[in-house]
Amino acid sequence: MTERKITVNALARVEGEGALNVRIRGGEVEIVEFRIFEPPRFFEGLLQGRDATEAPDITSRICGICPVAYITSASQAVEQAYGVEITPEIAALRRLIYCGEWIQSHVLHAAMLHAPDFLGLHDVIAISELEPELVTTALRLKKLGNDLMEAIGGRAVHPINTRVGGFFKAPDSAEIAALLPELEWGIAAAREMALRFARFDFPEDAGDYIFVALVHPEHYPIETGRIATSTELDIPVDAFHAHFMEEQVARSMALHGRMRDGSAYIVGPLARYALNRARLSETAKQTAGECGLAEVERNPFKSILVRMVEVQYACEEALRLARAYVPPDPPSMPLSPRAGVGQGCSEAPRGICHHRYEIDDAGRIVTATIVPPTSQNQPQIEADLERVIRSSLALDDAALQWRCEQVIRNYDPCISCATHFLKLSVERG
Amino acid sequence: MAEGRLHVGIGNPLRRDDGVGPWVAQRLNQTGLRARIWQADGAGLIDLFDTEAALVLIDATRSGAPPGTLTRFDAMATPLPRPLFHNSTHEFGLAEVVEIARRLGRLPARLEVIGIEGADFTPGKGLSTTVRETARRLVSALREAT
Repeated sequence: MTERKITVNALARVEGEGALNVRIRGGEVEIVEFRIFEPPRFFEGLLQGRDATEAPDITSRICGICPVAYITSASQAVEQAYGVEITPEIAALRRLIYCGEWIQSHVLHAAMLHAPDFLGLHDVIAISELEPELVTTALRLKKLGNDLMEAIGGRAVHPINTRVGGFFKAPDSAEIAALLPELEWGIAAAREMALRFARFDFPEDAGDYIFVALVHPEHYPIETGRIATSTELDIPVDAFHAHFMEEQVARSMALHGRMRDGSAYIVGPLARYALNRARLSETAKQTAGECGLAEVERNPFKSILVRMVEVQYACEEALRLARAYVPPDPPSMPLSPRAGVGQGCSEAPRGICHHRYEIDDAGRIVTATIVPPTSQNQPQIEADLERVIRSSLALDDAALQWRCEQVIRNYDPCISCATHFLKLSVERG
Repeated sequence: MAEGRLHVGIGNPLRRDDGVGPWVAQRLNQTGLRARIWQADGAGLIDLFDTEAALVLIDATRSGAPPGTLTRFDAMATPLPRPLFHNSTHEFGLAEVVEIARRLGRLPARLEVIGIEGADFTPGKGLSTTVRETARRLVSALREAT
């Protein structure tokens, strides 16, 4: 019986440290393991005993690419516990800075880390030789996202102007207005890039997914919403743990997310798009259509296209919000600590990022539970690998390995986020 | 274009020897040389290339060489070895930025990249002894070169 092994000891073009083990025997896929060996980071333990208002700043350090996701979800959780309602102006500014994060994170992944897979190139340096305009545009779009985060958050990596209840200081109207011309350019640039990527040769594939994403009656979800699934579940953010769970597996430093019935599910661009396509702008929908995206897209290799449609939408949203910008006054809401439990959830570029804090009457965190997107996607990544390997057995080992790595990068996995926590049990004699 | 070459110290001073670039930049600044610290997104460095005619980038390396080993590259003449300048968020390190800029025709007129091999990249402040010694010598050399 023939045996084939595919081993990737250190995955490239993903954030953090992960590996892949596959064993195929006699045409059967015996083992598929997406292993995360990035060391555990103990953030939930670090939060215990800290003042709840520190949660956004501490958890933003989980990720340098999507700090706003952590800041937003943590802030919402504490605000819920304290019974704080933010003003529409603060809510709009939060959505605006979040648009910046989507733009820079999506463009980095789509154009610089994921596109090489489809072009048969090793990395973005090789793309810059063949298609320099593409890389120039990607760098400019990424800068636009960073500039937006800097204008509102004080800096692009781990913003410092955000806080529970709002912002330390409202950005000047002139600073926001200065971004308008580049945002107008960004809309067209993102659309062009989406259409360029649509010419890639996509492997045939369709996953039987349970999509999970936020939904909102008015907007495509970014910073807020209810949690919905393609299986008709529609729940408030604080019912998350009643329907979803995390489990430990030996091969991964990151917990695996599952539905309570054990099903794997998918979060991120494909899920957001599947559940919220109707809330996209007409122009973004048009780009999606021209890219050949189905109304519910089940080919995970096409997630790169959804990312670029979302970049176009994020530029449009940012332009709308920047034009309507009114400095929030006051820039943040007053806080009165009280004992309770608060939960928050927002759409990180890679999918929903859920925070739950139990807080004592002095405003200190008693317990913290953070469920980032990559933890949730791990079981589905392994299911995708198994399905794609089965349909790709005719490929030689090198091509099959390339295809497998591509499957993982379809998820833009953020391994550093996923390993924020490990349950540690010590037995003492 | 600004006057005189700009020294840029790249790294995170909260990860001990990773902060050797910022350490050097800070001391150069104190002696009146043009120097700044870069802790932001690596890809953003390319914007500096557009506005500066001459740049010296100083970064920690982690190649397995003895701690404190100093490597100087004329980036105009030689491609940067990626394994040497690779530590960065999301696979976008100094080598990637310089090599992309080269292909896009966006390198400044003069670009030197200086690496100092670190020993300790664990969380915390302060440089290890051998790394600090090399950094001191580098500060003197850069001052004399100006």
